[in-house]
Amino acid sequence: MRRRDFIKKSAGAGMVAGAAFSIGGFKSFRAVKENDKYDMVAVMGGNPDAMFDLGIQELGGIGTFVRKGQTVVVKPNIGWDVIPELAANTNPLLVKRIIEHCLKAGTKDVYVFDHTIDNGVNCYKNSGIEKAAKSAGAKVVPAISEKYFQEVEIPGGIKLKKTKVHELILEADVFINVPVLKDHNSTRMTCCLKNMMGVVWDRGFWHANNLNQCIVDYALFHKKPALNIIDCYNVLVKHGPQGVSKADVVQMKSQIITTDWVAGDTAASKMLGVETSRIEYIPMAHKLGLGNMEIDQLNIKRIKM
Amino acid sequence: MRSPFLRSFRIFFSALIFLCFLVVFSDFKYLIPSKYINLLLSLQFVPSILKFHDLGTLVTAGFSAVLILTIITGRTYCSFLCPLGIVQDISSRIGGRIRKKFRRYGYKRPFTILRYTILALTLAISLIGGVWLLTLLDPYSIFGRSVTYFIKPVVITINNFFAWILEKFDNYSLSHITISGFRLLSYAIPAAFMLLFGLLSFMKGRLYCNMICPVGTLLGLVSKVSLLRIKFDESKCTKCGRCSVGCKSSCIDFIQQKVDVSRCVDCFNCIKICPDKALSYGIVRLKKKEHVVDPDKRKFVAGALAMILGLPGLAKGQDKKTPVPQNASTVPENRTTPVCPPGAGSIEDLKKDCTACSLCITSCPNGVLIPAILQYGIEGMMLPVMDYHKSFCTFNCTRCTEVCPTYALRPLVLEAKKLTQLGKVNFIKDNCIVKTEKTACGACSESCPTKAVYMIPYEGNLLIPETNVNICIGCGHCEFACPTKPYKAIFVDGNPVHQAAEKPAEEKSDIETPVEFPF
Repeated sequence: MRRRDFIKKSAGAGMVAGAAFSIGGFKSFRAVKENDKYDMVAVMGGNPDAMFDLGIQELGGIGTFVRKGQTVVVKPNIGWDVIPELAANTNPLLVKRIIEHCLKAGTKDVYVFDHTIDNGVNCYKNSGIEKAAKSAGAKVVPAISEKYFQEVEIPGGIKLKKTKVHELILEADVFINVPVLKDHNSTRMTCCLKNMMGVVWDRGFWHANNLNQCIVDYALFHKKPALNIIDCYNVLVKHGPQGVSKADVVQMKSQIITTDWVAGDTAASKMLGVETSRIEYIPMAHKLGLGNMEIDQLNIKRIKM
Repeated sequence: MRSPFLRSFRIFFSALIFLCFLVVFSDFKYLIPSKYINLLLSLQFVPSILKFHDLGTLVTAGFSAVLILTIITGRTYCSFLCPLGIVQDISSRIGGRIRKKFRRYGYKRPFTILRYTILALTLAISLIGGVWLLTLLDPYSIFGRSVTYFIKPVVITINNFFAWILEKFDNYSLSHITISGFRLLSYAIPAAFMLLFGLLSFMKGRLYCNMICPVGTLLGLVSKVSLLRIKFDESKCTKCGRCSVGCKSSCIDFIQQKVDVSRCVDCFNCIKICPDKALSYGIVRLKKKEHVVDPDKRKFVAGALAMILGLPGLAKGQDKKTPVPQNASTVPENRTTPVCPPGAGSIEDLKKDCTACSLCITSCPNGVLIPAILQYGIEGMMLPVMDYHKSFCTFNCTRCTEVCPTYALRPLVLEAKKLTQLGKVNFIKDNCIVKTEKTACGACSESCPTKAVYMIPYEGNLLIPETNVNICIGCGHCEFACPTKPYKAIFVDGNPVHQAAEKPAEEKSDIETPVEFPF
């Protein structure tokens, strides 16, 4: 069902760009699944940008996931009005490097946005992400008004049947998820799957209607990230997801890159030292086949710099 | 001076001032640094009196500069510096264009009793019973409210239109801004005043300034001793009456060849109109004749000046209380007190100094401030109040305290603001999603910048909020984020007097930097 959806979507997108691209898009999807040596690459010991350079190389470069002429959304976590050192937002250096890779691979446009929790203008500015993304050549797009969000249906959603999603998630060809690993006060961890709360308008609905279920429901939505790049450079290990002071941050100098966001979240939970089963949305997503939490079964490339 | 340049200079200068005010009050991107706003507002009469009353330093004494200016030049303030005066000039001009009748003013007798009664009442009530009447009548504040509530939405609409067009071309440099909803009750008074001064100026020139405005009346009194004023050259005047017809203050009696200096706002229109060059602006030699002394008026002027100059003395007794640390007190579950903005010190202090110009409301990047309806009582109408259902107070922001021209909101350095407790958090467990739905939520705790709201283990794998009021600063983010309806499970009850919050404790985690991958 979902693959059929994907084919429909890529065909639809292809029709706009030209029929040739639609077949190309489909082929590339197959190629990723068949030729991919690793399910996950984990890097440790370098700066965020250097770790990404190394990690993405192991997956065949960013060109495996984005193609020439495509539009890309890079979705970091920019939720909080804090400086980069407090680690409540994705590391700006990493965001910048990802954009540079995409543009170098010939993508047409790279967009960056997040529906922030704190004041949107302040978050974009104080996180350092707006500046970093713009300097790399991306378009930083506002998400402060409901006008930018369009209602979509989530087939199979139990609690979340409909939600308003940022128009660029719907319009862009490829979507790259760039969460930062953090402690979370109620779900115990926020990473790949929970980062999706920043692409919808009404977050309050999720909180009011079984947060864990809504996170899993949204993961059913057809527009899934082609790649998840988890920033574990500075990790907020308590008082998350916002943090209070630098005492809440532990420098882990790590990064996890994977196409499987459930596996990504599982690996991240181990970094954070939280029992994976206690992060309820991970086993729930696993059961629905949204990814694999049995990461021992996966082919993981571990690199130490 | 007879030069028509005087009038051109007045128009140029006032247009510039007007533009600055318009930009400051409709700056929806919060781009203008507060120091420039302070500079622009430093010469506003009523705000600077109130600021002086609080601070007592000469730097803030913009109003004395205005008084000196008035003693030398007459009511130039009303034409050059008062934004409401300039708006009325624009409105009269439009009125005159639309109906010729509106442009023909002619000499009218002054509304002596009315205007002095309003001035006396304003002064008396401000000294005894608080600034509520001044709040209602201060021309600067009336202007501020009009622009904030009625012009700014128009500006934002224009922005949104261009943002929409640019977006069609994949350009996101302008963002769509949501216009806050129209609040009938809190906008009623500003709307009524806008209608009043709008219509009066549209048809009758500066009638509002010479009949109602207490600042106009006060400066009118002062200008009776002014050095420079409009004067007749009796030998040249042919009594054609053009000056009188063209005077928007209706203060030129061309038959007697006299200008009522208490109503003249020095617009210099008459100088340009006069075909005989009989009118000029300059030093009037005092004539010995007809020097009628009105002892009552003199007493009034003396009294008024004494009262104004005496204000700083009074102020010393009313110093704002510095927040002192206080332990948590048992708070009732009901909202007992509205939350007043940072820097106010206390609700009482806010009422003493705030003229509801709405500059803080229009300047708040988070839009958490709204004009009060009856939250502070009838005398506190239109004063800024925090609305945590609409938004919350950004942790890293002191903008409202920076721009306040009256010192009702005192400047707070960021570190002090982060420890100023505007109110205290109250958790109503029986409303909480975690208890009622048995599902995870934590929206309040995740939003809390100090972790005054934190989570503790609850049934099964669930976590439920708990509060620590000692480190709560009352920013309202928890209340804003709480998704329960119609009643929130967590809310901030205002502190009538702001208090000092404790600094959140810092504790290193025992999680260490990994050397190996744990998977």
